[in-house]
Amino acid sequence: MQQTLNLHDREELIAPLYQFDRKFWTTLAVLIVIITPGMLLYVRQLVLGLGVTDLNRPVFWGAYLVNFIFLIGISMAGTVISATLQLLKVNWRRPITRIAESLTVFGLMTAGLQIIMDMGRPDRLAFTLIYGRLQAPLLWDIASLTLYLLTAVFALYLQLIPDIALLRDTAPDTAPAWRKKLYSILSLGWTGAKEQWRRLEKAITVVSVFIIPIGISLHTVTSWLFSTTVQPGWKSTILGPYFVVGAIFSGIGLLFIATTFARQYNKHLKEYITEIFYTNLGWIFIVMSAVWFYFTLNETLVVVTEQETLEFPVMASKLFGQFAPAFWGMNILMIAATWILVAPKFVSDKPTRNPLLKTITGLGATAIAIIIFFLLWLRLPALAAPAIQTGLLIAFVLFLIFALLGITKWMKTRLITSTVIASAFVLFGMWLERWNILMPTLTHARLIPYTTYLPTVTEIAITISTFGILTLMFVVFYKFFPSISIWEVEEGRALENKSGG
Amino acid sequence: MTDWCMVIDLEKCVACQGCSIACRMENNTPVVSPEEAKNGRAIRWNDVFPLPVHFGPDQGEYPNVKTHYSTRPCMHCNNAPCVKVCPVQATFIDEEGIVRQNYNRCIGCRFCTVACPYGVRYFNWFEPQWEETLVEYRNPDQLSVNGSLEGPAVRPAGVVEKCTYCAHRLVKARERAKAEGREFRADEYVPACVQTCTGKARFFGDLDDPNSTVSQLSKSLRATHLLEDSGAHPKTLYLAEG
Repeated sequence: MQQTLNLHDREELIAPLYQFDRKFWTTLAVLIVIITPGMLLYVRQLVLGLGVTDLNRPVFWGAYLVNFIFLIGISMAGTVISATLQLLKVNWRRPITRIAESLTVFGLMTAGLQIIMDMGRPDRLAFTLIYGRLQAPLLWDIASLTLYLLTAVFALYLQLIPDIALLRDTAPDTAPAWRKKLYSILSLGWTGAKEQWRRLEKAITVVSVFIIPIGISLHTVTSWLFSTTVQPGWKSTILGPYFVVGAIFSGIGLLFIATTFARQYNKHLKEYITEIFYTNLGWIFIVMSAVWFYFTLNETLVVVTEQETLEFPVMASKLFGQFAPAFWGMNILMIAATWILVAPKFVSDKPTRNPLLKTITGLGATAIAIIIFFLLWLRLPALAAPAIQTGLLIAFVLFLIFALLGITKWMKTRLITSTVIASAFVLFGMWLERWNILMPTLTHARLIPYTTYLPTVTEIAITISTFGILTLMFVVFYKFFPSISIWEVEEGRALENKSGG
Repeated sequence: MTDWCMVIDLEKCVACQGCSIACRMENNTPVVSPEEAKNGRAIRWNDVFPLPVHFGPDQGEYPNVKTHYSTRPCMHCNNAPCVKVCPVQATFIDEEGIVRQNYNRCIGCRFCTVACPYGVRYFNWFEPQWEETLVEYRNPDQLSVNGSLEGPAVRPAGVVEKCTYCAHRLVKARERAKAEGREFRADEYVPACVQTCTGKARFFGDLDDPNSTVSQLSKSLRATHLLEDSGAHPKTLYLAEG
């Protein structure tokens, strides 16, 4: 392993860290504008009490808890995936490990924030440590979250040390003194000696081994918050693995979006984060979606067929009741995401003469499908006959399939765009999934009349603000540290040269 | 050891909601506006509600209609789901089987409210308020041991509260007996709802004493628990209607 750095790489990866250009300030300003309303409304909630939300009896938990599970989920995947790929010595992981690990750290921080926002008495947060009962599931969650956060910060920092030393050594003369000082402190006297490398790699391997069970435990414990209660719809044994799979699924989605965002932000990264990463991680994404569908089917089918008096009303509200839009919306988003990922694998790169695969066919089919949808939706009396209704429905599904087929070729040629679209679908679908786990049970209490819950402006603003904070941390962090692990990429290149030449 | 227990005879209950009001005055439950109450923010430690809960009170077709009501204090479960999930032991079962709530300890995570299958636990969404003159009629009693704050003490915003079988009355009764220099008897203490019950449908006493009224009633064939399948081992007994 050589400590020398290609001059070209240095310009592309290190120089932007010192350029506080207009793009950076604009991004920062936009993020602050996004974050501020939520923060102000949170202060209002602190002063007035949690009554400013739409929470009530029996819906004692709401959007904050959904956000909490969602953020735990997206944060779980980053480091677990990076550690797994590290242990498997997968080479294409190198450019994305840094982004994956930092997503974990920032995701966990914002998840912790959600819990504090949800608490009636955030001033008593320290009581969980002073008077903590280890028998309580919430304390398992706090312990697991703290442990995972510390391990993730440690893993991120370990990976950063050689790069920080590099920053220390290559800081331009114009760099502010405090930054030079910061890098020299954080690099812990790293010189790149052989013994230092040996120890670092050993430490990284040990952390990678430990972080996988810790990450899985965190999301399992989060599911136990629900499955250890006696409430219908929650007391299920599959909830633990279901949460873990959903977490990895949504985490990969966010990883795709974050890397693409980084690529767009700093165009030079396109040389490092190439399409091979999208293709290979895309396969893991597809596998996760398959497992997710399998678990969802299990969870749904068993409850539907047994028709238990307490469980079934909860499930029925998802299938036909007030949560039907969220439930079916989630399923449609997931099916669409899977289609976007899988379908292009079945068509060839070459131009085709098959009319079904032409973009124009797709657009036409989409238009017709929309018209049919409106005909069905308007319930025109002229089309009220059952035969016509059924015919229209079949035509709708048929044209929808044509539309999906038509865009396949378009997606094939735009791997990154289509992956990002699929990731966005998955992220939104997974947020809805958490909503669908929490809300139907909470609104269907045993001895309280069934109720509804819709987040208020406060909750929506705080949610938006939370994701703003996540992005802000991401943007600011990568103004101080390179967004791809320079030494790992160098190492990868050295290995390639060795095997190639 | 005493094991306090309440028995509610639904045959005698006339659903007058007197218990609900007595509880409110005894325990300083804050009053909320009608809009808030409609949104499920009303606090009634002792609630009177129609059965079955989810399909409304009226059953059958006129003139053969029948209305069922039930009244529900805390069940003071022996295997209380709320106590098991509390991360800071703000809620706990004391030596005499009463599930109590410490307002000075509660962090407002609302796990207990979610875990309770009976929905007997309430959260203070706002700072509690009383209309001008009502403040003067608040119960000055409170229960405080080693920095805890329980019973009818005025709750701050953001904590959970619940029925305590009027545990402060127990303390008062004990102290009175002590001051008068005699042994405390189990029949010296009843919660406010039992004292006020119009139909004399509520009984209270020591379940460990085989001669107490509640022990005798617990042997009745009509004796049943609410939601026995929840696994919480509730203590409050019902004598079934009809």
